[in-house]
Formats: sequence, C-alpha cells, structure tokens
Amino acid sequence: MDPARRRVARLVVALAVAVVLASALIYTSFSAASPALSPSQLVREAVPGRAYQLTGTVVKGSVHRQGATLDFAMEDRVGGTVIALAYTGIVPDPFREGREVIVTVEKQPNGGYVGERNSLITKCPSKYKTAPPSENQNS
Amino acid sequence: MTFLIVILTLVLLGLVALVVGAPLRSARRARDVEPQEGARSQPGGEPASPSAYTRDELEVAREAKYREIRDAELDYRTGKLSREDYEAIDADLRAEALEILNRLEGVTPTEP
Amino acid sequence: MAGFGFACLVLALVVCAYGIGVSLYGARSGRVEFSESGRRSVYALALVLTVAMVVLELAFVGNDFAFNTVADTSSRTTPLFYRAAAVWSSQEGSLLLWAWLMSLWSSLALFLTRRRLRDVAAYATAILLGFGAFFVGLMVFYANPFATTHPAPAEGVGLDPLLRFPAMMIHPPMLYSGYTLCIVPLAFGMGALLARRVDADWIKVIRRFAFAAWLFLGAGIMLGALWSYSELGWGGYWGWDAVENAALLPWLTGTAFLHSLMIQEKRGMLKVWNVSLALATGTLAVMGTFLVRSGILDSIHAFGGHTLGVPFVILIALLIAGSIYLVASRRSMLRSEHRLDSWLSREAAFLANNLVLVALAFVILWGTYFPLISEAIGGQEASVGPPWFDRYTVPLALILVLLSGVGPVIAWRRATLANARRNFMIPIGCALATLIGLEAGGVTAHPLAIVMFCLAGFVVGSVGQEFYRGTRARIAIAHEPPPLALLALVRRNRRRYGGYIVHIGIAVMFVGVAASSSFQHASELGLNPGQSTRIGSYEIRYVRPTASITPAEDRAHTGSTLSLGAVLDVTQNGHHVATLDPSEGFYASEEASQGTVGSLIGGQPVSHIAMNLNLARNVWTAVQPDIETPDLKRIITDGNNTLPPQDAIIAVAYLARAYLKHPPQAQFNFLVSPLVLWLWIGAIVIIGGSITALWPAPSRIRQRVLAGARARTRRGLARA
Repeated sequence: MDPARRRVARLVVALAVAVVLASALIYTSFSAASPALSPSQLVREAVPGRAYQLTGTVVKGSVHRQGATLDFAMEDRVGGTVIALAYTGIVPDPFREGREVIVTVEKQPNGGYVGERNSLITKCPSKYKTAPPSENQNS
Repeated sequence: MTFLIVILTLVLLGLVALVVGAPLRSARRARDVEPQEGARSQPGGEPASPSAYTRDELEVAREAKYREIRDAELDYRTGKLSREDYEAIDADLRAEALEILNRLEGVTPTEP
Repeated sequence: MAGFGFACLVLALVVCAYGIGVSLYGARSGRVEFSESGRRSVYALALVLTVAMVVLELAFVGNDFAFNTVADTSSRTTPLFYRAAAVWSSQEGSLLLWAWLMSLWSSLALFLTRRRLRDVAAYATAILLGFGAFFVGLMVFYANPFATTHPAPAEGVGLDPLLRFPAMMIHPPMLYSGYTLCIVPLAFGMGALLARRVDADWIKVIRRFAFAAWLFLGAGIMLGALWSYSELGWGGYWGWDAVENAALLPWLTGTAFLHSLMIQEKRGMLKVWNVSLALATGTLAVMGTFLVRSGILDSIHAFGGHTLGVPFVILIALLIAGSIYLVASRRSMLRSEHRLDSWLSREAAFLANNLVLVALAFVILWGTYFPLISEAIGGQEASVGPPWFDRYTVPLALILVLLSGVGPVIAWRRATLANARRNFMIPIGCALATLIGLEAGGVTAHPLAIVMFCLAGFVVGSVGQEFYRGTRARIAIAHEPPPLALLALVRRNRRRYGGYIVHIGIAVMFVGVAASSSFQHASELGLNPGQSTRIGSYEIRYVRPTASITPAEDRAHTGSTLSLGAVLDVTQNGHHVATLDPSEGFYASEEASQGTVGSLIGGQPVSHIAMNLNLARNVWTAVQPDIETPDLKRIITDGNNTLPPQDAIIAVAYLARAYLKHPPQAQFNFLVSPLVLWLWIGAIVIIGGSITALWPAPSRIRQRVLAGARARTRRGLARA
C-alpha cells in the first residue's frame, strides 16, 4: 500500500476506534444516569428499587434529627406535592428549611422514601449570590 | 457630588482620547511634514512590509532550529540516540538551518 | 461615586467599540496608525476598568452600603481583608473582575507584540475588545456593579461565612486569571487565521500566554480543592461538580496544546490541530465562565439568574461557529510541512498524550453537560454521578501517567530502537521495585491504585535517569562538580528539564489521589463525651465539648455568634498522636421569624475542620453538634419570648453553658486519608517546574548558546 493510502487507512481506523469508544461512553451515560425529578413527578413515576434524583425545597418545620438519621420533607419549587424521606449521611453546611436541595432517593416497598447515603446536596440560596464550591457529598 | 463625577468622567475621557489618538495624530503630523512618505511612517516600530514579516518568521525559525540541534545533541549525550542516528539527524538539522540562514541573508542586506 | 463607576463602564464600552472599528480598519487597509490606535484602545480599556475596580474596592473598604453589591455581600463587621475581597463574591463584581483581568492580560500581550505580527495583532485586538465589549455590555445592561439603593441601608448582609477563608478569597482571581489568559491564545489564533499567517512567530507569543493560563488555572483548581478538603464538612477535594469540571476542561486542552505546540515548532506539523486546540481552550474558558454565571446546571453553584444565560449561549455559539468556519476555510494554509518520522519518537508520544487528554476532556464534557443533553434528547433531565466519571477518567489518567514517563526517555524525530529498549530498563525496574515494595509492605488491595503507584515509580525512574545522564554528560564537557553541572544543565535546557520536573509533580499528585481515594478510612457516627471509636489504626476519643461566644473568643475570626465543638484525643497503638478541636460555627440570620435569640444563631452553620496532617496521612475530623434537643430549644424559645433584643445574646451564652454541662450526643465525621498531602506537594512541584520551563534564559546565556550553535552550523557549511 502506498503511503497516502496507508495514511488514509490509519485515519479511518483511528476514527472508527474513537466512534466505538464514544458510543460506549454515551450508552453507559444514559443507563447510569439518574433522572432528576421534582416531588410531583416522583410521586407519579417512581418505581421501587430504582434510584432517582429528587430536587425540591425543604419544607419548613419538617426537619427532625434522630441520632444519625435526618427526617425531612421536600416539596416542589412552586409548592404542591410533599414527599417525606429519611436520610443518613453527611448533611452539608448550607442545609436548612426553605433551601433547595438535591438528594438521591429510592422508593421503598412500603411506599416511603429513603435518601441514599451521602447524596444530599444543598444549593446556595439566591440571596447570597455567592458560590462556595462543591458541596457534593457523593463519596 | 454630581459635579465631581462629571469632572472625573471628563478627565478620564480626555486621558483615553489622548492615549488612543496619539498614533493618529502623529501620523497626520508626519503626513503634513512629508507628504510623499505616505501613511507608512508612524510611531512604534518597523514599517509593515512583507519582508519584515518574513524576517521575523525566519528569525524565529532559526532560533527554533538551533534549539533542535542542541536538543538532538543532548539526546545523543544522554543515550537516547545511537551515534549513527545522531549524525544523520544532526546533518539534516544543520542543512535545514543553513537553508534558513541563506533565506535570511536574502531578505536582509546585512547578515548579523 | 457609583455614578462615576458606571460612567467608567459606559466609557469602556465606547472604547471597545472604537477599538474594534479602528483595528479592523487598520488590519484591512494596512494603515498602521489605525492598528496602533486600536492597540492603545486596549491599554485605555485596562486604564478605565482599573479605575472602575478602584471605585468598587473603595466602596467595599469604606462600607458604602448605597452600593447594592456592598450591601449584599459585606457588612461593617466583616474584617478588612474579606471586605476587600468581597468585591468578586457577587455576580456583578465578578464580571468586573473578569473584564478587568482580561484587559490587563490583553494589554500585556499586545505590548509584547507591538513590533511584530502586525496584522495578526490587529485582528486579535478586535477580538479581545469584542470580549471586553461583551462583558462590559453585560454589566451595563444586565448586572450593574454600581447599582445603588437610596436611602442606603445602615448595615450590609455580610459575607457568606463559607467564604471567610483566605484560600477562598484568592481562588476567584486566580481562576479568572486562568480563564482570561485562555482568551489571549484564542484571539491570536483567530487573528492568525483571519490574517492568513499561521507560523512560527505566532507560536512564540502564544506559548507564554498558554503556559501562564495553564499555570493559573491549575493553581485556581488546586486552591479550590484545598478549600473544599480543609474547610468544607465533607472531607473531599473533588466531587466532579459541574463548576469544578468546567475549570478542568480548558486546563486539559491547554495541557494538550502546550505539548503539541512543541511539535509544530520543531516539525511544522499539526497546525490545524494546534489552532483548533487554542480556539477550543478559549471557548471552554468562556463556557466555564458561563456555567458559573448561569443556573443552567443543577450544581451547587447556582450563581446567577437566567438573564445572563442567553447572551452567553449566543457568544459560545458564535465562538464555535466562527472557529469551525475559520479553520475550515484556511485549511490549505495549515498543511503540515513534514510527516511523523517514526512512531518511536517523542513526537509520537506527544501525539498519544494529546489524544488521551482530548479523550479525557470529551468524557468530562459529556458528563458535565449530560443533564442538558439528556433533556434535549429524551425530554428527561438526568445526571451522571462520580462513579461514572471515575470509571472513564481513571484508566485514561493511568495511560497519561505512563506516557509522561515514556516521553522523557525517547528522542526527538526518531529514537534508536536498541537504545530505547536499554533506556527503559531502569524506569521499568523502578516500577517493579515499587510493586515488590508494596507487596512486601502488605499493600495489596485496590489494583488500580497499585498500578498508579507503579507507574509513578516508572516516571520517577525515567526522569531521574534523565537528570543523572544529563548531569554526567555536562560533567564530561564542562568538568564541573556535580551540583554545579546539574544547575548548569537545567539552566541551559530550561524547557526540557522544567518539563521533567512538572512530570514528577504529576506523578506525585496522582499517587496522592490514588492513595487518598482508594485507601481511605471513613467513619460517621454519634458519640457521647468519653466514648471513642476506632478508625484505621487510630483510636479517637471524644474527650469533652467546647463552646465559645463572640466577640471575645472567636478563634476563627469569622464572625460566628456561637461556636460549639469537641476536644478529641487521637492515639495510635497507645501513643498519643494529636489533640483535635473541630467545631461548628453558628451565624446570625436575617429571619425575624426565628425570634430575637433564634436569629442570632439561625444563620448558615459552618463546619470548622480539625486535622492532623503529615506526609504519610491526614486524620480529618468534623463535628455536627446537636442544638435541637428539647432542652436547648426551650432555652431559645424562652429567650425569644422573654428577653429584649439587646440582651438576646445572654440566652445564647446560657445555651452554650447548658451545652457544656449536659452535652447531647454529637455527630462526628472522621477520615484517615493516606498521602493526601502529596496532592498539594505535587501541585507545588508542578508550579516549580513550570516556572523553570517558562523562565526566559538570561540573554547572556542565550547569546552564548546561539553563538555556539551558529558557529557549528557555519562549520557544517564550510565542510560541505
């Protein structure tokens, strides 16, 4: 094979490898991703045994700590459906009632929700327009 | 307070105009003094002629080529090249450097 | 004075518009005085923005709460240092910081190229001023840092307590310097394409700025990681959070760019690749800025409203479209002068390194923007977590470390196979020695981490061999004593040996990452005073609680009203290791609904970590005291109901005493992270190596070296 054709062949092989790897990447990202839902969506769609990312606001007056477990309720950003859940693990510093949080939850067979360990993230309140970097608690 | 703000703004504006307009002003002055020079003479350096570009490029290429020659020697001395390979590469590089030097001589009348 | 600040912004906008027009005219017509005027417009922009920054700084330092940004992020009780730095803690202030820094670097770049690259510089000026116009325009029309409220409030809200740490104050300027420095190669790259001159001269200018951008970005990222690890309550330094990734992306492409530039310098190859990398790095820097500014991704950094999102998306789309168009339309100019001589060469190793880095960048880009992608494709927003990122980045990182050990040992152009085989023996030996040492020491778990350790041994072996052989070669020529020979070797070959030092730093850093993530011991539990727990080989005992009230006893000087904590005794095999005192600070809040006492401590709590750090490991402790027991809550409610506001602090003091007398169970978080300090030691080594590589050789040495090379070349001519 003359050099020019060899070069084209090399390019084709390289591109093919890149496409295969990229496809693997893309495929696993869709299957490994957890969908982000609000409480009203979660109530409609949640299936026991699957993990979901629940985003919403912490309901005022719902936060109770019992030893290592933190019980609290979340509602939609605009109010509405309320979901109560039990969470264990690290609680980020900015966490409090009225703040927006993201937590990975799983629906239990008995209908309740359990927060995945160390998956609680609290968003900065808009009042503080400031950005403390990552409070991502996934370990 | 508003008066102060206006004054400060005008001062800043004047400063900016001075800085930004200087090349235009001296170009016009040069044009008035020596109309046949055209818009070529100006503050701040060599005229923008094509040979100046080429000279800049060649000078940079020359320095890069010298660095390559030194790198090849260092590669040889640290055992990454065999003697035959080194001499072949060194000869290539020297030839390329010579070519650059010749082209440089062609562009500038006086060779450093 | 806010009016003057705003007038500065408007003036800046006018200067940008003028400069763009004049530079483009100068570039097209060849009339140099117009290009000059355009260049000076950049200087003028820097001047005007500096004045604006000074006005804003004075407002912060002088507590002028008429300024909205001052009222929102500062207060009379905020210490001076944090007041001065709070300028960039707000959206508006950080936009000004970005624009100001960009104007400074642009001025520097144009000053350095004032006698060369005439037409390229003219186009670059227009592009840089275009960016300036964008950011200043955002401030003038959307997010004005000089907006005021009248009458001015008496006191400001104060700085978010999480930010009251020195590292966090330096982090934004450092990161923004990195981002804005990425714009310079972008502008000059586009300028070169527009002017149709993509050559050696361009590279020389760009290299310095690309390197500086890389350095500042890296330092900014490491500072953020340091802050996250040592101040935040989760004990991690990297969470694959969207904003962390956003800063990492241009750093990765920047690293690739620095390497492939060398190939273009030597062989005139990869021109398309290089200019694409320069444009990509700049675009990623703008995307990173956009990510932090808009709330577009569900990251903790929901920094700003969605108003800024649209202009940014338009800018990024323009950048991407413009870059593709420019590169495609000029591709005939960008043809390589040579081909790769041999696959066994340093050029090939650099190429491989580039591919791995770009692959890494693609993975991280995909994962970071996945919520947007999945929403666009499937209508359902979904996100991927750290396990997904780790799965792909770890193998790529391993390959990268391997390559960083291969590169130094291979010659440029083409290496002799027999020599190469011989040269790899010592590095491979070092890797094997590491493996044997680890096995002998009982470290056998976590195979991927072990591979990383061995690869680090490989890198150390290969770089060490290079230093040794280079010194020996120098001694053979110059007959200097070894220390002097080593010094002379490095001074005369800064780029090469500086780069080697950087590679050692990378290896050290990855060893730290691998050890501290794979071999970490973590434990979260509740303890009562007197109880202890075992973690790793350590025993930690909760000795007694601590409590303090400001202003007299605020050790961290961060303005917390109440600080509750614990004294911990750490022992190992019976020997006392350290006494640690983590605490949690409770700050005042604005919410009247919490009552006069409640609002004194109802603000955001901040964890103060206590750790015992040495080269081998870090014992990291955090505490979350429980102030919601019925007894303590009753003290607050009673205080709310019975005490006048000015005496509310008495209830807090009472609460502190009650906490000390009858401490409830507190939640503790313990981590033992091996070799975590190596991360930052590695970073320092990288910085040292970069400075060595960047440092211009004194002209005296350079002239001598050049003269020698010139003489040898002439001799070659005479021989021929």
